[in-house]
Amino acid sequence: MSETILKVENISKQYRLGLVGTGTISHDLNRWWYKVRGKEDPYLRIGETNDRGTKANSDYVWALKDINFEVKQGEVLGIIGKNGAGKSTLLKILSRVTLPTTGEIKTKGRIASLLEVGTGFHREMTGRENIYLNGAILGMTKKEITSKIDEIIDFSGCERYIDTPVKRYSSGMTVRLAFAVAAFLEPEILVVDEVLAVGDAEFQKKAIGKMQDISRGQGRTVLFVSHNMVAVKNLCTRVIVLKDGEVLGMGETENMIKLYLNDLSMKPQDQLAKSKFLSFVSMQSILGNNTLKIGEDFHLSITFKETVHGQFDYFYVAIEDDMSRRVLSVGTHLDNNFHDKFHFSKKLNCVIPKLCLVKGIYRVLVAIGTSAPFENKEVIENALSFEVVDDNFFENGVSLEKGQGVLITKVKWNLC
Amino acid sequence: MKKEIKGDWLYTISSKRSVFSLNFKEIWSYRDLLFLFVKRDIITVYKQTILGPLWYVIQPLFTSVIFTLVFNNLGQIKTGTVNPFLFNLAGITLWNYFKECLTGTSNTFTKNQNIFGKVYFPRAIMPMSVTFSNLLKFVIQLCIFFGFYTYFFISGDNLSLSPMVLLLPVYVIMMALLGLGFGMILSAMTTKYRDLTVLVGFGVQLLMYVSAVPYPVSEARLKFPDWVVPFVEFNPLTQLIEGFRYILLNTGEINLKSFIYTFLLSLFTFLLGLVVFNRTEKQFIDTV
Repeated sequence: MSETILKVENISKQYRLGLVGTGTISHDLNRWWYKVRGKEDPYLRIGETNDRGTKANSDYVWALKDINFEVKQGEVLGIIGKNGAGKSTLLKILSRVTLPTTGEIKTKGRIASLLEVGTGFHREMTGRENIYLNGAILGMTKKEITSKIDEIIDFSGCERYIDTPVKRYSSGMTVRLAFAVAAFLEPEILVVDEVLAVGDAEFQKKAIGKMQDISRGQGRTVLFVSHNMVAVKNLCTRVIVLKDGEVLGMGETENMIKLYLNDLSMKPQDQLAKSKFLSFVSMQSILGNNTLKIGEDFHLSITFKETVHGQFDYFYVAIEDDMSRRVLSVGTHLDNNFHDKFHFSKKLNCVIPKLCLVKGIYRVLVAIGTSAPFENKEVIENALSFEVVDDNFFENGVSLEKGQGVLITKVKWNLC
Repeated sequence: MKKEIKGDWLYTISSKRSVFSLNFKEIWSYRDLLFLFVKRDIITVYKQTILGPLWYVIQPLFTSVIFTLVFNNLGQIKTGTVNPFLFNLAGITLWNYFKECLTGTSNTFTKNQNIFGKVYFPRAIMPMSVTFSNLLKFVIQLCIFFGFYTYFFISGDNLSLSPMVLLLPVYVIMMALLGLGFGMILSAMTTKYRDLTVLVGFGVQLLMYVSAVPYPVSEARLKFPDWVVPFVEFNPLTQLIEGFRYILLNTGEINLKSFIYTFLLSLFTFLLGLVVFNRTEKQFIDTV
């Protein structure tokens, strides 16, 4: 539809692992010596892909490797990926906080990044003073800010406190203010990193609306990094999935979210294998094969390892849908008849009667923890995944699709 | 084809860096930020202190008194016709400005890593703002100096401003450039090797003693061992302190050659500092 505004070519970023201390001087000298002789940096060759799980063999690691993409004007590009996939590194390079090790980024517009919760805010200064300071940090001139300050204050919804030092603000108010400044910055490209996590529902809605405004109404470009799949889905026109510093996929939002979540939920066994307390999580159903009919009782059984004896107070099970939305939470602490401390127990059975979920793929999250202090000692995000199928639930061949709701139930109707 | 497009790009982020980049143009475009930082420093510095700006007054006065006791009463250093207290106060006032600029800027990267890690602006703005906000402190201390100057003048001391007093701003600028330059070089180096922060603390202290702060250069020439004298004489700080005292108190010596030498050296230090600093700013976040 429109022209390319940002072009990322072969971006790679290498980091050094471990402590900076002894060894760095020798590496520095060595590197310098190669450079003097006009040779390639010897440490660039030995990097590894960035997989947190595996133990590294060398001190250097590629946080990003050969990233290529283009962004068109007015697009909202989502960047998703697991923790440590390289999202933040990419944003850091884009916002010029750090340089790439190799590669080039070309841009036709100013790139401004949204500061995380009021970095650059000074606690002792008033909201108004901070708007000026923050605006200037983001690259606005004083004149520009003055012309917009009323709008900014209005958008932030902090009028009453605007001449109060920011240290008296709640964290939500600080974010509102920070977001408001950035939203009125009018850069050609706005980089937003996970700000929506804070702030209440009303403000989140406002923020998403503003970002849509920015991209659709004003034709500006937004790069949006988030773990919130719902926000990504609502906002982004295109998505890039990063994995271990490389591009796993790029394209239409819905498909990419699926790709990401599939990748996340690929091997439940792997997650269980790392567990200290659990050895096995399984489900029983009529159809078997981790497939559940709508309205069927959900039988979950958990097998513990020997290590579990007596240290825990509760066991928690949650069901999440394929957008990582939590559908249901249950736990032993919610059952007044359950007082076992998991003494020498080997197996825990859980029955959720008549589970009425709309057909689709769901995941089971389990957690085990102590009540004083209330703390999860272990969380397995993806202990099991199962599919809910519609086996003629309404007995008339009609079925509900995803998007029409999460819960499905038979309802009695009476006309009187 | 590729070349045509290239003209349209606003800027390029690349791993390649030019060795010599001063980016004055960019710094200029962020001048509003510079002044907002200065404003921030000035507003917030008094917050939650009891004596507030009074500290600016106490510190040089007490130092001068001690210096006078130790060096002039005990150590028999001659300050000519000028009252030793006033002599010391003049030196300390300018020296303090240098010291504040140096120590204030030498930890730029470590102190601001939070904000530097989040958003881009020409990093040199930070140390520059420190230099500017210290100027306020310097002016306050200079006023104290002139207060005592007037007092000693009224009580009959033989004091006269040299006509060269018009050069005062030039001396202050040179001092600022030196402090900023060295500060930027140090801050670039401390990102990787933290040992330097320790060094700065006590290095500055020692530096003061070879910069002719508590004594005139003529005394140094007389009493220091021969091999030490060049350290004092060719030290640009010595020239600045001595010159500063010359134009205010008409004591000591000043000549065109050393003035030009100092001026060029300050400018060079500043430019070198900026280059080193700009090189570091692009990568420091990975090493800090």
